[in-house]
Amino acid sequence: MSTVVLLLFTGVGLGAIYFLVASGLSLIYGLMHVLNFAHGVFLSLGAFLGFEVASRLGATTWTGFAASLLVGALAGALFAALTERLLVQRLYERHIEQVLVTVGLGLAAVALFDGIWGTDPRFITGPAWMGRTTSVLGANVPNDRFVAILVAGLVLLGMVLFLRRTRYGMIIRAGVENRAMVTALGIDVRTAFTLVFTIGGIAAGLGGVLASHYFGYVSPLLGQTLLIFAFIVTVIGGLGSLTGAAIASVVVALLQQFANYYLWGTGDLAVVVLLAVVLLTRPSGLMGRRA
Amino acid sequence: MTSTAPSADPRAATPPTADPVLRVRDLRAHVAGQQVVEHVDLDVAPVGVTALLGRNGVGKTSTIKAVLGLVGRSGTVELDGTDLVDLPTHLVVRRGVGYVPEDREVFAGLTVTENLRLAERRGSEHRYDLVYDLFPELEQRGTQAAGTLSGGQQQMVSLARALLNENRVLLVDEPTKGLAPRLVQEVSRVLARAAQVAPILLVEQNLQVVRDLADHAVVLTDGRSVHHGPAADLLADEELTQRLLGVHADSGPDAAGRRPADEEGPA
Repeated sequence: MSTVVLLLFTGVGLGAIYFLVASGLSLIYGLMHVLNFAHGVFLSLGAFLGFEVASRLGATTWTGFAASLLVGALAGALFAALTERLLVQRLYERHIEQVLVTVGLGLAAVALFDGIWGTDPRFITGPAWMGRTTSVLGANVPNDRFVAILVAGLVLLGMVLFLRRTRYGMIIRAGVENRAMVTALGIDVRTAFTLVFTIGGIAAGLGGVLASHYFGYVSPLLGQTLLIFAFIVTVIGGLGSLTGAAIASVVVALLQQFANYYLWGTGDLAVVVLLAVVLLTRPSGLMGRRA
Repeated sequence: MTSTAPSADPRAATPPTADPVLRVRDLRAHVAGQQVVEHVDLDVAPVGVTALLGRNGVGKTSTIKAVLGLVGRSGTVELDGTDLVDLPTHLVVRRGVGYVPEDREVFAGLTVTENLRLAERRGSEHRYDLVYDLFPELEQRGTQAAGTLSGGQQQMVSLARALLNENRVLLVDEPTKGLAPRLVQEVSRVLARAAQVAPILLVEQNLQVVRDLADHAVVLTDGRSVHHGPAADLLADEELTQRLLGVHADSGPDAAGRRPADEEGPA
């Protein structure tokens, strides 16, 4: 029982991190039809800058941790907005070129991070409470899982409120359905493009800081490794669907955890099999609009 | 208003020139590298309805989309004397172009109210009085997702989005397509009222609607405008309608040979 509970919390915690990456990917693809292969870089940058700030302010203090989340989110937002404005927007509707430029940016940024922080992982320390465990139904659950779940939950809530309650949110929802018609109502949809990249960057930056605590380290490849699973989550959830991304994040992470424990470490394989099954039976994903 | 008589050589046909609101010359449009509009000249008079007619697939919808900049285009598209051909779609629309697309294109996941709020343009009055007067049902169904509306109701949303703002011209693409006869009459009545507010360029297969509403007619054949003149004269000339539109002018509301779909149920 305690093993199942531990796997549940660890899985949902990992799902929270997947969601922070996948939500942005899904919104960006849904609105702009851009597969952003540089998205993992937003995460790594957030993690590294968060790590730098936390170590200067005191990595074991809550102030340091809060500052690392803030800086991670800002770094992700800024880098994402610049990526959209300077690179992606210039290649409007040229999808192959957009893929090439984001792949190139991903490679270049990883090389840059190698140069600055080295290829070896930097080990992360946080507030003492986050390194301890809490007993839930007999299972000792690491506290950083709770933090990841809480932050991802707040990000999901914030995104839903933004999409439901604001005019820009309305433009993004409409644009995911039918971008041409949005422009035909006199709306400059490019502002919405920059906005979804920025929102995706915030979530990925937060995800970077949380992932570095979850895994205990940050390395230049952290983001791009998580990106692979985030893409799978996005496809399973349905490209463009935030709810789909949330559900699929948890499903994929739980499957991965349980398969790793009970099926001899075959978690990654199980995820790929799930992807294949979903693509064969529901090609538009769990919550995708079009078949 | 002067207008040229239908010419024996279609290519010699030229539109009337009496200070049109919308003046289109030598419009060409391409979609995915393929030329879909070859050479279209047309004028939309400052008042009334100008019908854009032609057989299926001659480029009527593409012409409308090219005016808006929704497809690649070249030529001249002047609104009140200013050329808009180099402007992106949203700036064309902000100059005062209302658009009711073929197949309605309401945002299915947004509520009726959200569809209308999205259409609100800055710098324009928002005429909810007019819209809710024409379509009282939309006020009652404000919180309903537009995707759950019937085809006729979705057409109301689409028309309402265009009528909400002050426009210089309305581009309305097959508004009665797939609607039951009762709803065709309803849409026709709304368009007559809308035409009092702004001139309309109307793509319409239902010749009875054209007869009721249109003052002028432009006919396309293979991506080219081949006829300009009073709509009544065109429809009175059986040989000409047969040749240009492929239908008898006196045929019923279902002139294009389509059956009106049931108006109930989402489209």
